[in-house]
Amino acid sequence: MADEVILLDYWPSMFGMRTRVALEEKNIKFDYREQDLFNKSPILLEMNPVHKKIPVLIHNGKPVCESLIQVEYIDETWPGGNPFLPSDPYQRAQAKFWGDFIDKKVYGPTRLIWGAKGEEQEAGTKEFIEMLKMLESELGDKTYFGGETFGYVDIAMIGFYCWFDVLEKCGNFSIEAECPKLIAWAKRCMKRERVAKSLPDSNKITKFVPELKKKIGIE
Amino acid sequence: MAERSEEVKLLGMWASPFSRRVEIALTLKGVPYEFSEQDITNKSPLLLQSNPVHKMIPVLLHNGKPISESLVILEYIDDTWKNNPILPQDPYDRAIARFWARFVDEQVYVTAMKVVGKVGVERDAAVEATRDLLKLMEKELVGKDFLGGESLGFVDIVATLVAFWLMRTEEVVGVKVVPVEMFPEIHRWVKNLLDVDVIKKCIPPEDEHLDYIRARMESLKLKSV
Repeated sequence: MADEVILLDYWPSMFGMRTRVALEEKNIKFDYREQDLFNKSPILLEMNPVHKKIPVLIHNGKPVCESLIQVEYIDETWPGGNPFLPSDPYQRAQAKFWGDFIDKKVYGPTRLIWGAKGEEQEAGTKEFIEMLKMLESELGDKTYFGGETFGYVDIAMIGFYCWFDVLEKCGNFSIEAECPKLIAWAKRCMKRERVAKSLPDSNKITKFVPELKKKIGIE
Repeated sequence: MAERSEEVKLLGMWASPFSRRVEIALTLKGVPYEFSEQDITNKSPLLLQSNPVHKMIPVLLHNGKPISESLVILEYIDDTWKNNPILPQDPYDRAIARFWARFVDEQVYVTAMKVVGKVGVERDAAVEATRDLLKLMEKELVGKDFLGGESLGFVDIVATLVAFWLMRTEEVVGVKVVPVEMFPEIHRWVKNLLDVDVIKKCIPPEDEHLDYIRARMESLKLKSV
């Protein structure tokens, strides 16, 4: 019996991008269903009744919610190819720690950078740069966060890259100037065909943000 | 269990639900460990060195190597010591367990903190919001002895935060946040937890704990003035 894999997603979401990349990297065929977050569909509400958020991965009718949980689920369910997580428990823990860090510390400031003004925006920018520097320090001179192979932390972070352009414009700063190794890492990831096909162009995101602001009522 | 000498040290805090859940996991697996009580108002060099990113407890040091973030630590413990597994084997069941664990930490905990930290109308709102979240947990317990099913699992260990922290604040706050009429399954589950030796051994002693919560509430009130 063929697997039925559906992804409820929203194209600009850095979280949805993680799941897209994970599925593509494992060469899994899936039905991508774009969601309107301003008018949530019955299937979204049924499959994620607790949070009503995307992405939602539906595998043979059963929903998995939360992007990093989905990435791990994909890795465990389709173990062929390069595993996203190392087999060594300590290295696995380090990978999960940094995935959690990105969720807790990197995402929040981005909302202030594109969504706020003045002092709030400046504070967001400062915080974001600090967090990126911590990530860059963790990356060091490695090819990918896990070493030689593309994995969990790379997947957790790469979706932010297409947002960098609009964040730099809004916050009036250069990420490459602050974190050159991180930019080099991102470019390496984008050379992977399956990663590149999963992510929107930077300029699409840059054009989208002012429209998003209007929609949610901020100028 | 390993025969060679293993050094397992936990930098923790006696009243923290995040620290205690790690102790539950280690005790469940019979892993001997050294507990090092940390003063979070005056952080030790070892803590700052072991968790430079967050500077928080708990931190597990295994043969000197640090692991931080309690959910990450729990999974590390399960990966390293294979007896008495905490997470289920099936990938889908694991994904569900991880989902509920995050729900407790990111939704229930955050909202419940407001019950203790706020007063008046804001507190009432926090109580309502907490109850709405707990109704979801209540549903999960129908027909089950534990959130993990027939026996104690990952979500139960994480949700001790509800059973022995949130529910204990009721005494101090003077509000029945989790009344038995509204949450019979949760109350039944708490009784089941208390029948488990490891739980009884690892939760903070009630009287001391209540005193601690009272003192914290007072200091929070003072801070908000």
